[in-house]
Amino acid sequence: MAAALTQRLLAPARELGRYSLLLFHAFTSITEFSTYRKNLVNQMVVIGIDSLPIVMLAAAFSGAVTTVQTAYQLVSPLIPKSIIGSIVAPSMILELGVVVTGFILAGRVGARIAAELGTMRVSEQIDALESMGLNSVSYLVLPRVLAGMIMLPMLYVMACFIGIGGGVVAAHLGGYLTIGEFMNGAREFFEPFSAYFGIIKSVTFGFIITSISCYKGYYTIGGAEGVGKSTTQAAVLSCVYILFADLLLATLLL
Amino acid sequence: MIKIQNVYKSFAGKPVLKGVSLDIHERDTMVIIGRSGSGKSVLLKHLIGLLKPDEGQIIVDGIDINKAKYKDLREIRKEFGVLFQGGALFDSMTSFDNVAFPLRTFGTKSEAEIRDRVHECLELVNLPDVGPKRPSELSGGMQKRVALARAIALEPRYILYDEPTSGLDPETSNTIDELIRRLDQQLPVTSVVITHDMHSVLTIADRIAFIHEGEIRWTGTVEDLHHADDEVLLSFVKANEYQIGNPSPTANFS
Repeated sequence: MAAALTQRLLAPARELGRYSLLLFHAFTSITEFSTYRKNLVNQMVVIGIDSLPIVMLAAAFSGAVTTVQTAYQLVSPLIPKSIIGSIVAPSMILELGVVVTGFILAGRVGARIAAELGTMRVSEQIDALESMGLNSVSYLVLPRVLAGMIMLPMLYVMACFIGIGGGVVAAHLGGYLTIGEFMNGAREFFEPFSAYFGIIKSVTFGFIITSISCYKGYYTIGGAEGVGKSTTQAAVLSCVYILFADLLLATLLL
Repeated sequence: MIKIQNVYKSFAGKPVLKGVSLDIHERDTMVIIGRSGSGKSVLLKHLIGLLKPDEGQIIVDGIDINKAKYKDLREIRKEFGVLFQGGALFDSMTSFDNVAFPLRTFGTKSEAEIRDRVHECLELVNLPDVGPKRPSELSGGMQKRVALARAIALEPRYILYDEPTSGLDPETSNTIDELIRRLDQQLPVTSVVITHDMHSVLTIADRIAFIHEGEIRWTGTVEDLHHADDEVLLSFVKANEYQIGNPSPTANFS
């Protein structure tokens, strides 16, 4: 009974240890570029280019909805209309652009990575790679994590532009303010550090999503049910840790 | 030569291997038989370091693979070709690319030489035309034969077969057995075959090891098997004979 309880209490520490070791093995094999070069390019396409349409769609609607709701709340004639632009643009750059992109990728890319690696694990394809003398961590995990850390910032930048664009369109079509007023407001309160902060967050989120999903997929056990479990856990844990990281980075850097 | 010395292995406190010792000589075809769950596949995975023993040593060509650095272990693994139970073909690639994979990853051959070698390997397994097909388009037996072509692509010194005929119809099983026999005769390889199919055993074995409840209970040649008096072994052989419904190969066991 006591032993079982101890095992249960130690389980999170064991998981953290195994996750850290996997990443240690991944990043210490970063010099084996020839092993993961091709996969890195493939993953950059899968994570970045293939995610572009859904990220753009979500960003455009986020910007538009934020604009409409801000306009709805700002009813006082004493507040200049351009303030809508100075609320929407920093919101996209500081928070919405990166969090929306992160959540979409957690579901789309995180689940895909966990399912892919999980299936490879249960069908012995990872064992087959190892048995050939290939470093499976360098071949499978490292390119996915690097691709996430490279492509998420790019998606974030695109999401910001499209989100602000969505806001401008909503403002114009809804008759809340002119495009000029919106952009003046956006420029007035723009802080370059907000963009740097967004980039830092996006790299962090890219790392969180891909590393957690790789970990869950790589250590999948138990056939089809195990793959399903890993996939769900990868998506859910990625979202949860994105929220924690978001708060932590805001507390530390702002 | 492979020397297995006093190997112990447990999973979650449950012992699977209990002091297994076995020598596998050069150019021999060693067949390891035993009931499901007796530890055969676990033992096979120890031979290439996919599992590490709790105690004991696996010595390949004089090197204890569990003490070797990961980089050195990967070099040792290149001497092995492994046919996994389910084939473990990479489902994202065609059959051609599966067989070409180890050649492209490790070989120094040009693409034209790789193409020739892949065709040579596919012809050896009597599947010269499946190159463009994906694993999902092949039957179970064909997948195993393509996996075997991949296993021999780099001309390994050792070939490990994990249940090569399990789940196959008798005719396809015979084809696989004949293929293993032919490869053993044509190529300078040492083979280790895990199976519980007695028909395969009598077709391909030079030496046989019977594993029971995690221990090597009996070793000998096919000739020795005809005179064996170990009750557990005879019970296993007879049960197997009953299951396949074909008493002819082992009719002498009574």
